[in-house]
Amino acid sequence: MHNFTNKKILNWNAYLQLQAQNCKDSRLKTFYKTGTYHDDTQLKEIEFVALDFETTGLDPKQNSIISIGLVPFTLNRIFCNQAKKWYVNPQDKLEEESVIIHGITHSDLKGAPDLRRILNQLLDELAGKIVVVHYRNIERDFLDLNLRALIDEGIIFPVIDTMQIEAEIQNKQIQGFFNWLKGKRPGSIRLGNSRLRYNLPGYQPHDALTDAIATAELLQAQVSYYYSPETPIKNIWL
Amino acid sequence: MEVELLEIQDFISQHAPFDQLPEEALADVVRSVEISYYRAETNIIDFKDDINELYMIRSGVVEIYRRNGNLYNRLDQGKLFGQMGLLTNNKVRFPAKTTKDTLLYCIPGSVFYDLCDRFESFADFVEAEDSTRLKQAVKSKSDNANALTTSKVKTLLTREPLILQSDSSIQSVAKIMAEESQSAALIKDPSIDDQEGYSFVGLITEHDLCAKVIASGLSVETPVSEVMSTELMSLDHNAYIFEAMLLMLRHNVHHLPIMKNKRPIGLIEVSDIIRYESQNSLLFVSSIFQQQSTEDLAQLSAQLKDCFVRMVNEDANSHMVGRAMSEIGRSFKQRLLELAEEQFGPPPIPYCFLALGSMARDEQLLVTDQDNGLILDNSYDEKLHGEYFEKLSHFVCDGLDACGYVYCTGEIMATNPEYRKTQTQWETCFTDWIDNPNPKALLNCNIFFDLTGVYGRVKWAEQLNAFILRRAKKNNRFLACMARNALNRKPPLGFFKDFVMENDGRHNNSINLKRRGTAPLADLIRVHALAIGSQSQNSFDRLEDIIEAGILPKSKGADLRHAMELISLVRLRHQSLDVESDIEPDNNIEPENMSDLERRNLKDAFLVLSNAQNFLKYRYTANKF
Repeated sequence: MHNFTNKKILNWNAYLQLQAQNCKDSRLKTFYKTGTYHDDTQLKEIEFVALDFETTGLDPKQNSIISIGLVPFTLNRIFCNQAKKWYVNPQDKLEEESVIIHGITHSDLKGAPDLRRILNQLLDELAGKIVVVHYRNIERDFLDLNLRALIDEGIIFPVIDTMQIEAEIQNKQIQGFFNWLKGKRPGSIRLGNSRLRYNLPGYQPHDALTDAIATAELLQAQVSYYYSPETPIKNIWL
Repeated sequence: MEVELLEIQDFISQHAPFDQLPEEALADVVRSVEISYYRAETNIIDFKDDINELYMIRSGVVEIYRRNGNLYNRLDQGKLFGQMGLLTNNKVRFPAKTTKDTLLYCIPGSVFYDLCDRFESFADFVEAEDSTRLKQAVKSKSDNANALTTSKVKTLLTREPLILQSDSSIQSVAKIMAEESQSAALIKDPSIDDQEGYSFVGLITEHDLCAKVIASGLSVETPVSEVMSTELMSLDHNAYIFEAMLLMLRHNVHHLPIMKNKRPIGLIEVSDIIRYESQNSLLFVSSIFQQQSTEDLAQLSAQLKDCFVRMVNEDANSHMVGRAMSEIGRSFKQRLLELAEEQFGPPPIPYCFLALGSMARDEQLLVTDQDNGLILDNSYDEKLHGEYFEKLSHFVCDGLDACGYVYCTGEIMATNPEYRKTQTQWETCFTDWIDNPNPKALLNCNIFFDLTGVYGRVKWAEQLNAFILRRAKKNNRFLACMARNALNRKPPLGFFKDFVMENDGRHNNSINLKRRGTAPLADLIRVHALAIGSQSQNSFDRLEDIIEAGILPKSKGADLRHAMELISLVRLRHQSLDVESDIEPDNNIEPENMSDLERRNLKDAFLVLSNAQNFLKYRYTANKF
């Protein structure tokens, strides 16, 4: 496992080209070859894709993806007509406790494809775009580790994490003597709570596609509040 | 692959006009949506931009502006904008700006046009702006209306009236009536040269033949002129059936000639309309005249509200309800005057009791105060007659108050000696108002320009009206003053959430639909009516005259009629709801109690009123001529 979780890759484009040469799986090779944006590309030029997984649990080493939702978008528009959603047959057992959270049941998964079977389509949707997630430890780690288990090769790509952005904003806002004096604490950075601060509507959580759309809306809102369409991508990708 | 966009589907399907679409069409809309976030105070579309999408507000608030920068509308969750631009050469007509952080669903123009083509309800919703939508609202209401309250007497006529000559013998008249199976005939005088048969001098009925001929043993050779009734009442063919019933009950007659252009075109009798009879205001009117004291009348007046509710529930239009309620109001006055004359003796000199304002206009609803006055014969002498008329006025006004027609706060009542004037004094008074107009002085006398005689020498009221019209018609300074006063009360802009939104963006919790709607409408209609010398008193009748005179821009007259009808309808519907839920009815309406449809229609009506006020301002300026 490449532990990129808290480390910045300085030149993503070069890194992806390197991966393209080194990896064995042809599907991954194609994905890496597409490359990504130059560091200085402005946000307004970028095609994003918001991605969300529902999983059987929280441990990417033991649990697996059971639903994938994604929607392509730009700073101006979220394209619902290009939205995608899959159910995925998990490698481990579907536990009762996770069913309670995402509401996905055995009957939903009956006949659902294995992750390998939709990998081509999924990578097609992500290739060349900037993946946007809320809490990258789920989406990035689950995809990487689930693939390792299935095809013995992981995957890595740049992401924008709206939760990380929100955490930094919250931390900035509680800095300073007066805020310390007032005992100001950072606000919750969960998806639903973060959205409230931008007056975004409340959605029913834990549907992979709804959460992907919610994440896309959140990034549009965060950029219009705290960044600008001219901000270079290198400032916020991870 | 079918993707379920749950949140979007849920939201769109709950809001008009999408809520009317079949599931499959709705799914196409949902799939076509693009979402966009706008921070507060951001322009979304600017005037004359190209527009290729319909916008639906998912959350937040958007304000729509007119070209001149004035606020046109404020929209929140679930509302649409951009449709006008899509329907008019794809240019933005009204710029839009967020006032709060806003999430928009953008629906492509191609989907929009497709829905317009395929679904009439959708096209109606997005195409019908302003006056068109208003017209539809009023129309659909009256389409369902009960025949009793909205049919005209002419619909009852099945044949020409039987017209016989006054020198015929009773027997020959009876023979023709029997042959023609008619229970009554009109009688004309052969000595009057009247080739077109326009005038008749009497009416003979089966009842007359029975009571005046057979019962008293009169010879059947006697000329019919000896036994016919000569006190004739008649009604125009455009009157409502309802009015015919009122007239017949009031005067206890069973036959009524129906006139068109002063020519009798038919006779209706009680049996013709008995099938229309309901427990409506007719019986109420007839029972008013059976009451023997003010206390009895006051007791009866408690039932007025129920009578009103029944009419509203029978889908009577506001014109009908207004007429019926005014007729009832007049009947209370008439009966009180009869009782007063019983108590104080016959009047020493002739007089005419006047009704002013909404009662004169036939536009009374439930909550109303009394506005009245007296015209006295020119022979009036304060020392000789003063006390009688003072007592009479107090008896009537106190009685009206007891019956729920509360005292006028402006003291415009016969009890005020200032409003007991002789014919000459009234003429002098109106001459002064009209020839030396002063907006401040005129402010409180609007009401005098709607007047009608209720009791006594009612002709005097007509004469006074004719006098007023002659003087007012060409007096531009006077008209300009009246016009200026008609602009004092302006309608609000519309509604936002559960508030009434004013033109400056302020919010109020409720709206007085009389003060902000029907009254300013009646005011501006009155100015036009005075300008063209219309003899009508009712706003709808006045509007007909105004439209005919051609002084309004095309179709604006009809728009005004629809606006008047709609605001009145909402007013009376809410008064009726108040009564039904045991709340004291008033003219205030809280937007939270209005349906979406009512809000939209009212907003359109306010716009018509507001535009009409602007037109009034421009049309009647003192120095324009």
